[in-house]
Amino acid sequence: MSTDYMLWVDDVSVSFDGFKALTNLTLALAPGELRCVIGPNGAGKTTMMDVITGKTRPDSGDVYMHGSSVVLTHLSEPEIAEHGIGRKFQRPTVFENLTVFQNLELALKAKKTAFRSLFSRLSSEGRDRIDAALGTIGLRERAEAPAGLLAHGQKQWLEIGMLLVQDPKVLLVDEPVAGMTHREMDRTAELLISLAGERTVVVVEHDMDFVRGIARNGKVTVLHEGRVLAEGTMDAVQNDPKVIEVYLGQEAGEAKRTSLGPSAETTGAPC
Amino acid sequence: MRVATFILVVSLLGAAAGICRRAAADTGELSQLLQKLGSDDRDELQTAIEALGARSEPAALRALIALRDGKLRVDATGRVLYVVSSSAGEELREVTSDHAIGAANGSDRSTAEQASPLRLRTPLVNNSLRRVLTPAIAESQLRSSDVAVRKDAADALSKQADETLAPVLHKALKRETDAGVRTLLQLAVAQIDFSSSEPARRIAAIHVMQTTADVTFKAQLAALLEKSSDGSFREPSADVRKAASSAVATIESQELLTRVVRDLFYGLSLGSVLLLAALGLAITFGLLRVINMAHGEMLMLGAYCAYVAQTLFQKFLPNAIEYYLVLAVPLAFAVCMLVGVILERAVIRFLYGRPLETLLATWGISLMLIQTVRLLFGAQNVNVSNPSWLSGGVTVMTGVVVPYNRIATIVFAIAIVLFIAYMLNFTRLGLQVRAITQNRGMAACMGIATGKIDTLAFGLGSAIAGLGGVALSQIGNVGPELGQLYIVDSFMVVVVGGVGKIAGSVVAALGLGAVNKLLEPLAGAVLGKILVLCFVVLFIQRRPQGLFALKGRAAAEG
Amino acid sequence: MVSRLREIALTLHSPRRWLGLGVAMLAVLALPALNRFTPAGSALHVADHLVPLGGKFLCYALVAMAMDLVWGFTGVLSLGHAVFFALGGYAMGMYLMRSIGTAGVYRSELPDFMVFLDWKELPWYWHGFQHFGFAAAMVFLVPGLLAYVFGFFAFRSRIRGVYFSIITQALTYALMLLMFRNDTGFGGNNGLTDFKTLLGHPLAEQGTKQALYVVSAIALLLSYLLCRFVVTSKLGRVLLALRDAESRVMFCGYSPFHYKLFVWTLSAMLCGLAGALYVPQVGIINPSELQPSASIEIAIWCAVGGRGTLIGGILGALLVNGWKSWLTAAYPDLWLYFLGVLFVSVTLFLPNGILGALSWRKRSAVLALAEAREAEDKHEPSQPLPRQA
Repeated sequence: MSTDYMLWVDDVSVSFDGFKALTNLTLALAPGELRCVIGPNGAGKTTMMDVITGKTRPDSGDVYMHGSSVVLTHLSEPEIAEHGIGRKFQRPTVFENLTVFQNLELALKAKKTAFRSLFSRLSSEGRDRIDAALGTIGLRERAEAPAGLLAHGQKQWLEIGMLLVQDPKVLLVDEPVAGMTHREMDRTAELLISLAGERTVVVVEHDMDFVRGIARNGKVTVLHEGRVLAEGTMDAVQNDPKVIEVYLGQEAGEAKRTSLGPSAETTGAPC
Repeated sequence: MRVATFILVVSLLGAAAGICRRAAADTGELSQLLQKLGSDDRDELQTAIEALGARSEPAALRALIALRDGKLRVDATGRVLYVVSSSAGEELREVTSDHAIGAANGSDRSTAEQASPLRLRTPLVNNSLRRVLTPAIAESQLRSSDVAVRKDAADALSKQADETLAPVLHKALKRETDAGVRTLLQLAVAQIDFSSSEPARRIAAIHVMQTTADVTFKAQLAALLEKSSDGSFREPSADVRKAASSAVATIESQELLTRVVRDLFYGLSLGSVLLLAALGLAITFGLLRVINMAHGEMLMLGAYCAYVAQTLFQKFLPNAIEYYLVLAVPLAFAVCMLVGVILERAVIRFLYGRPLETLLATWGISLMLIQTVRLLFGAQNVNVSNPSWLSGGVTVMTGVVVPYNRIATIVFAIAIVLFIAYMLNFTRLGLQVRAITQNRGMAACMGIATGKIDTLAFGLGSAIAGLGGVALSQIGNVGPELGQLYIVDSFMVVVVGGVGKIAGSVVAALGLGAVNKLLEPLAGAVLGKILVLCFVVLFIQRRPQGLFALKGRAAAEG
Repeated sequence: MVSRLREIALTLHSPRRWLGLGVAMLAVLALPALNRFTPAGSALHVADHLVPLGGKFLCYALVAMAMDLVWGFTGVLSLGHAVFFALGGYAMGMYLMRSIGTAGVYRSELPDFMVFLDWKELPWYWHGFQHFGFAAAMVFLVPGLLAYVFGFFAFRSRIRGVYFSIITQALTYALMLLMFRNDTGFGGNNGLTDFKTLLGHPLAEQGTKQALYVVSAIALLLSYLLCRFVVTSKLGRVLLALRDAESRVMFCGYSPFHYKLFVWTLSAMLCGLAGALYVPQVGIINPSELQPSASIEIAIWCAVGGRGTLIGGILGALLVNGWKSWLTAAYPDLWLYFLGVLFVSVTLFLPNGILGALSWRKRSAVLALAEAREAEDKHEPSQPLPRQA
């Protein structure tokens, strides 16, 4: 493995009560890369993110980050975030009782110890960055509204905005366009593409058109049953017979489900 | 006269048949010896006593004991009699035949003595005779053909034996074949040797004591290891001290074992009550994700149901009072189920998804339940007594008596666990409960009436607590605050055992019960509780995942 | 410097609310003033016994506010706050015991209960308490330390929600048992009582009582401002965020552990202060203060007043204890029913308390959403969903 990586997931295995969610998963991300991760349900996409962000401890294997000797898998979630990993959840999670501005303020890159927070005052530079982020996500008018009152798509955007001001080196994005209109999807695609380059972006997505749109000539990783099934450009992957067999065979079903909208899968709400 | 006739007849018969010559001679010898007990001559008396001691006939023993207790009488004809006291009064019996003479029933001493036309004489026993008498009795007892008699004698001797008995004991040891009696005899010898001036005998004695590991010797042995005020050891021989300290260690480890066994058992019975309290809690918590602070009050209500059942039986069926529990169990089940169902319908279902608020609201309900019971039954503890078939206990090993009521509690808990396990795993209701516990939304989609199942399960959880209350009424006090005492512990069970897992609850309840009881003697009840709490907190440090977050793909894949 | 203070003052409150706060403070101080400066028999005169009673209520209010800090703002429901209150109280009680000197029943240097138990000398942990300064430090340090150690383990292992609540209750229970023992050295069942003087002032004198009332009021005001400073800081916003979406806070790079531990310890220390002010006014501290029910009552004060407002806790404590004083005297059998109904009805019908109901129009939409979110602990997949009954 070359040292020229940003994030290196090394031979990670995770199992839950005997179910193997990830088996010897190895993944190397180059700096500035935009990597799409696809795979059928239960392929281990979200578990992979959980391992990287520290939510789940792997049974074996480690995750390393470029330019730092630390092993991410030895750190707690906040420490991993501190090291420059940002995550956007599948279901938008914002702080409902805080205003949009305050949400961004909390996410803003800063020393985040309790003591600092108690006496901290927002610098003008920080204010500018929040303002810029508000502009990017188009919520400047609603800056003082409680986040709980935002529409679903707006919450998605707010969460992306929070990631922007957090200024991570690696951005993990879980189904960013779930529940978005086509226009919003296009804007999100633009945003993600513009983010890549300065930072490494990992996008987990079901929507094939969206993936094709943002992956362009970049690498796409296909996960299946907790392993890397194939890796390559979108075209290469789509023509890989293994992929066709285990994944694209289901695409019809996947696509149908995706078009139904995210709620059925993401929230598990009763019918 | 009768004795003489009897003896004559016997000896004639014996002689005539040409058998039992020896026996006949013995019998004759015995009666002669007995007669000598009436002698005024101290020396003769002493010889007679010693000779009787060497005999194994019951009559010899009877005579010696009567002599010791001042109950031996000799009449002018030389008949040897003794006085038997009973609740009906006293009667005279002949020593040899053990037949009553004179007025057999209801006669007082004077009439009994009147029955004999001639004046009765009581042989007097002085101290020098007594010194002979005691070993003689012991020897006679140890010669008895009845193992039980020998055992009792050896047991008594092992507790208080002195130098005078040493020859008797050694002789008896040579003869004795029964292992139990032998052990006791060896102990008795050890008791004597213990104060011997020869170190070797002392060491031998200590070894015997060590093999019995009886707690009663501990103080005696420990005294050997102490120092006098001048700093020297009370026991001069180092070898003896070494043997003694090893014996003390053995006894102490035996003591520890006894205590551990006893504490484990008490822990088990405490654990089974905790289990009954926690089972319902685990079901409702697993299913509804609400903490029911009024759950302890369900225990309390169950215990009061036992009280009500007892009172009803006292009033209407006093003859069948032994069986009031037969009413108490279904009554507790029904009452607590009803209260639980009302509680769920009226309050808790409006608070689903707000666990902390549910906690407060159910606390409020527990206050009302406590106050209601106080107004109905008074603030004092009420008396719920064990039926006689639950009183008493069985000795499982030296120093460990297991009361029947605690055994019953454990059996009851096992039965209920089996019932719950059956219900959850093999019935439709159980299937539905498990389905809702795993995925409420999906269960609702499958057409399970989640609301109805919630109510039922909540009622069931409460009813089980009520049964726990009945069990508790048999081993503890019953008062309005009863529930408050157990609620904290039962929560700990749920926390340690995991959510909605029957097996986890069982292990945790028994474990916590046992740990509680084991820590009590070491650290006191209070520090024990605190240690258990620390243990729980540390346990959670080690296993937070297994306990607080449901593991699995569902949790991870989101 | 002045401008910085002014700035802080304005972050705490708008000028209008500062004015309101001043008015409220004057109203609180009117009670001892009317007791002192109006003649007995006058229509405005306040009876003597109401002064320590009012002072007691102010201490309760302080506890309720401290509880609001952890429950209302951080979403951590403690069922053990009475522990910290009682520990502060015991620390003050120990000073008061020591200052009795040889004026006790047994004319001994030792506190009476130790003479009674035939103890020959002071246990080591009673040393130093003859100095007011030492005792005053302990009022904060003992509850603070216990809270820190307990919180350290509990928060480190991410114990949350009802689990945290019941573990704090177990802590309370264990401590109550400990304090009930004579061997523990705090007077066992009877606790510490028969105090004579505080800093040389006889506790029986009305003047001392008035002074204690005023000190309690000032302590409450200052604590309120401190809490207000905390909740209006960025830290306060992190606390709110923790309450609503803890895992999101973690992925933002904040360690919930430190934040919770800070606010938990601070809250415990405020409770210790309240306990210390409470004891000289009621004249006794015993293990009954540690009963689990005492801690849960604190929670209901907050719930009645309205959580997440600070003022709500104060309001709730005053109201509920006012009712309690009246009802336990007038209808002693009914009090527990009343309290029970209060618990149930507040949670069912007034989830945001009185203040929440008052500002209903402004906040309802946000809070309704928040409530719905609060239900969804992200780590438990089998959440019961809000149902349409």
